[in-house]
Parts: sequence; C-alpha cells; structure tokens
Amino acid sequence: MFDFVSFIPRAVMQGIPLMYGCVGETITEKSGNLNLGTAGIMYVGGICGVIGSFLYESYAAEMNDFLTVLIPLSCCIAGSLLMGLLYCFLTVTLRANQNVTGLALTTFGVGLGNFFGGSIIKLVDSDIPTVILTRSSRVFARTLPWAETTGWFGKIFLSYSALAYFAILVAVLASWFLNHTRLGLQLRSTGESPATADAAGINVVKYKYVATCVGSVISGLGGLYYVMDYACGVWSNNAFGDRGWLAVALVIFTIWRPSVSIFSSIVFGGLYILNVYIPTGTNLAIKEIYKMAPYVVTIVVLVITSMRNKRENQPPAALGLSYFREER
Amino acid sequence: MIRISKRGSISRGKALLIRASAIVLAILFCALLTMITTGKNPVDVFSSVIAGSFGTKRKFWLFLQNTAILLCISLAVTPAFKMRCWNLGAEGQVLTGAMAAAACMVLMPETLPNWVVLLTMTVSSIAAGALWAAIPAYFKAKFNTNETLFTLMMNYVATQVVAFFCVKWENPKGSCKIGVINQKSHSGWMPEVGNKYLLVILAVVLVTVFMYFYLNYTKHGYELSVVGESERTARYIGIKVNRVILRTMCLSGAICGLAGLLLVGCINHTVSTSLAGGQGFTAVMVSWLAKFNPLVMVFTSGLLIFMSTGAGEIATNCGLNRAFGDLLSSVLIFFIIGSEFFINYQISFHKKNREVRKDV
Repeated sequence: MFDFVSFIPRAVMQGIPLMYGCVGETITEKSGNLNLGTAGIMYVGGICGVIGSFLYESYAAEMNDFLTVLIPLSCCIAGSLLMGLLYCFLTVTLRANQNVTGLALTTFGVGLGNFFGGSIIKLVDSDIPTVILTRSSRVFARTLPWAETTGWFGKIFLSYSALAYFAILVAVLASWFLNHTRLGLQLRSTGESPATADAAGINVVKYKYVATCVGSVISGLGGLYYVMDYACGVWSNNAFGDRGWLAVALVIFTIWRPSVSIFSSIVFGGLYILNVYIPTGTNLAIKEIYKMAPYVVTIVVLVITSMRNKRENQPPAALGLSYFREER
Repeated sequence: MIRISKRGSISRGKALLIRASAIVLAILFCALLTMITTGKNPVDVFSSVIAGSFGTKRKFWLFLQNTAILLCISLAVTPAFKMRCWNLGAEGQVLTGAMAAAACMVLMPETLPNWVVLLTMTVSSIAAGALWAAIPAYFKAKFNTNETLFTLMMNYVATQVVAFFCVKWENPKGSCKIGVINQKSHSGWMPEVGNKYLLVILAVVLVTVFMYFYLNYTKHGYELSVVGESERTARYIGIKVNRVILRTMCLSGAICGLAGLLLVGCINHTVSTSLAGGQGFTAVMVSWLAKFNPLVMVFTSGLLIFMSTGAGEIATNCGLNRAFGDLLSSVLIFFIIGSEFFINYQISFHKKNREVRKDV
C-alpha cells in the first residue's frame, strides 16, 4: 500500500524550496526580467544562511533562539539581495542580454556556494564533506505544537516549520499583490509593455529593480529553507542540485500565477521523491527512470500550454527584453 | 547630467579596445580577489595561473584539448542562437551523443573490426544529438513552445537516461559507474594521431572552419540569420521558417553529439552523468561573448578555459576549493557582459548650459 501519510509531508518539504523559487521568479518575470540566475540565487541564499549560522554557532557562548533565526535569515536576505542587484545592474542599467547574464549569475552563485561551503568544510575538518549545523536547524525546523498529538492530520498539515508556512503566505500575498493592487497592476504593465508604462508615468527602471530584488530575496529564502529545515542543517556541496532550474520551470507550469504555485510545487516535490516511494525491488536502474518524472511533466505542460495558446496564459509580452527609452 | 544615447556605429578598433580593457580590468579584479583569499602576491598568482595552463607539455596539450571541446559545444549552439533560438540543451545533447557512442562500444562485439565500430559510433552519436535537439525544435516550430525551458528540461532527462545505463551496465558491480569500456581490446577507441590529444583538436578545427563558412557563405546561414533578425521578414521573402528552425536545431544537436563522441571515443572511453560538466552552459556564454563569430570563439573559449584551469591551479596550490575557478570565470563574464554597454551606448556628460537657453 502506498504510504500517503509519510509521503505527503516529504513531498511538501521538497516542494517548499521550489515554491519560494517559483514565487520569486514569477514576481521577477512580471517586471519583464527573465532571471535564469534563480538557481544561483537560491544557492547563495543557502550558503549565506549557512555562513551566518556557522559564525554564530562558533562564536556565541550561549545561543539565543531569536538570534539563531535572525542572523542566518538576514545573511540570506542580504546575499540574495546583492545577487538581485547585480542582475539588475547588468540587465536594467547596462541593458545586457538577460539569458547570458542569468546563466553567468548561476555559474557565479553555484561557484560561490561551493567555494564557501568547501572552505567551511575545510575549517571544521570533519570526516565527511559536510557542514552540520544541528543546533540552528533545530530552531528552524520547530513544528507546530499539535503536530505530534493529532495523528495523520497533524502529520500532513501541521508538521512543518515556520518557514514552510511563510512560503505559502508569501505565495498568497504575491498573488493578491499582482492581481488586486494598483502597484501590482503597474508592475504587470512594465512587464507587458515598458514603453506604454513609461508613457503612463511609471518609473520602469525602479519597478524592474524592486521586483527583481524582492524576487531574488524570496528565491533566496528557498535556499535557506532547504539547508536549515529540509536538509536538517547539513550543507554539502552541490546537494541543492537542479531545484533552482525546476523552480524556473515551475513558473511556466503555474502560468505565472503564484497562487497556483502552492499546489503545483507540492506536486513537483512529490514527483521529485517518487522514486523513493515506488517499490522497485532489486532493479535499481529503473529508479533513475522515475527520477525523470518532474522534468517530463514540465515538458508535457510546456507543450500543452503552448498548444492551447490562450491569451491569459501567455508570458509577459516584454519578457527577456531590455528597455531603452529612446528605442521606441 | 549624464545622458545615455545609442551609438549609431562604432569603429572596430574602438570596440576591440573596450573589450580588451574589460578583460584586463576583469583579470586585475580577479587577481585582487585571489590576493585577498590566498594572501599571495600578484606575480606568484599570475605565474601559477600560467603554469596551470602552459606549465608542462602535457598541460599545454590538455589546455588545447579542453579548449577544443568547449569550442566544439560553443560552435554547436551558435547557429541556434543566431536564429534567436535559445538552445540551453547543449549539455543534454552532448550527453545523449556520448551515451550513444558508449552504447555502441558496450553492445557491439569486440571482435568486429575497429572501423566498423567507430563508424557506427559516429553515426549514432550524431544522430542521437540531433534527435535530442529535434524534439524541442519540432514543438518550437509547430506550437511556438518556449525552447529555453524545453531544452533545459531535456538536459535532465538526458542525465537520467545516462544514469539509468550507468546502473544497468555498471562495471564493477555495485559501483553504479561504467568503468573504462573495452579496456583490453580498445574496440571503439579512436586511433591516436600524433599524440592522444591531436585528433580532438583537428576535428574541432574542421568544425570551426565548417561553421564559419556555413554561417557566412551559405544559403542556410543567410536564412537562419534572417529568421533571427525578423521572422516576419523571413516569411515575407519566402523562407520556410519552421523548416529553418528544425534544420538549424538539428545541426546544433548533431555537433553537440559529435562533441559527445569525442569525449567518449577519444578522451574518457566511458560515460557518466557529469561528462559534460556544465560546459553546455559555459558554451552559451562563449558563443555570446564572441558575438556568434566562430573565429572569435576560438579566443573566448581559450580565455575561459585558461581562467578556470588557472584558478584551479591556484586553488590546489593554496588549498582552496576547486569552485574558485567557476567564481573567477563568472567574474570575467560579468565584466565582458558589462562592457557591451559601452560598445552599444554612448555616455555624455552635460553641464547645465545657460547659453543653450538663450538660443531658445
């Protein structure tokens, strides 16, 4: 029998980093910036959190719960904000090609993560190539108090940490912001047609900068969640894997709707770990085939949305294009 | 007041000067970074960077070989980019090509004459690479599916396919790796020309020359650049856009497949999921930095390989992490990307000028 009670919480926990990445990228893309650097930004968010809590764990005599959360959190936010600013400076101010900048940003972010991760691993000089931050992770991964006592209900709905519920909150807020506020409308207009927005008196550069930076910070939180909660405070190089790219793909899967991302990132999280839950016996090779599932599903959705070609399901019209006022 | 305006045109010398100064600035910045992290003086840093790539005869050949492979993948993605079709799937196309070659080596009996095996390998890797690119291209042409993400996802599908066969054909048992294939019989190993590095280099030189002529002097090359500039124009002058997209992507994938063949047949004699090692993405940057010119790409790919091996050398010498190389090469790329701005735009500084007002 398929074990749903243990499968669903794992799927949700897998899905949360994707949800952060997806919501962050959606906000970014709504401003017309296709930030392929998301994978790198999530990496940087993770490693900055690790650096913060590593320093705190090593130097603080007594650990205060509040600071244990605050220090990695602010490091993570600062790191991913800087990455967002770098991307904006290159693509908005210097009008560089967004795809190339994004790819370079990913190389940079992953390199940065592995470099500092590797250096810290060297510092602690442990036998296994990982940094282990159990004490911080324990605070981050604290679940709701009723999770243990309410049986399967508690396991499926209440057994997550604050950052996980925050991800859902961010997704809901982002959805409300984009669709029901004036600022959201103006943001969408910069992504659809920056020239029109500019003519209407909207400061295109400012919107692009703010949206991309906020988006990067949200994506960066995904990295932090992954290290501190999902991986129980264990950082090892390249462990984050391709989740950043999956988050970018999820944006299309959700057709640019943060509210849809709540459900779909959990589905993706489930697909990601499906291979562990499907019994394969001794045939280990077939597991590798199951690992394809999230990518194949993305491709199928990509094809179906393009086949149906509905007006409301299209990407922002000016996605990936730099805006220069004199070029209209 | 700073005013930014688009440049009409820029002389070649000036553009070259801007690019060169960006590279010099980037190298200085990287040197500064290295000095801060390692505490070495810059002369030591540069000498170990140069020693890393050109120190010994073997290192120099290895440098040429790595450059050749990166160049081959960069050349592969170029026609697609020139058509404004973002083929980010080079990684996967290289892997499928490599997988096809490795499959031939594993499955074909070792008693067959080597040229039969080699020929089958060549045909099947090129076909496999082309097929891997043709799938996204078909949907791009037919339904305008976003090729950036499609090709990206195909990378991971390819990785899993390779992982599947790595487990299936594992050797020795339990290692989940295909060891060196046909270690005794050398069946399916490319013959050595001169030394074991030269064949790869020669093959890529041929591809470079081919690509230069293909892009600049053939009807196909002309058609794909028109499609890239404006699809509507292309349609108007009677170019079958869909066919051009399919054809160009297949070519792109085929050359990636060739790179996979070279990796398996000449260099590694085995296949693993990390065979392409992110070069599919680096290739995108190489191609773009060279402004899609195959001859300039020889230089840019060399520069990137030089940076990353040099940084790797520093990293091993000073006990830093290997990822230091990625860091430095992405800094270099950021600088070059940024410098494009000064080529395309002109900045002029105005002082608030009262005399102008008088005229009005």
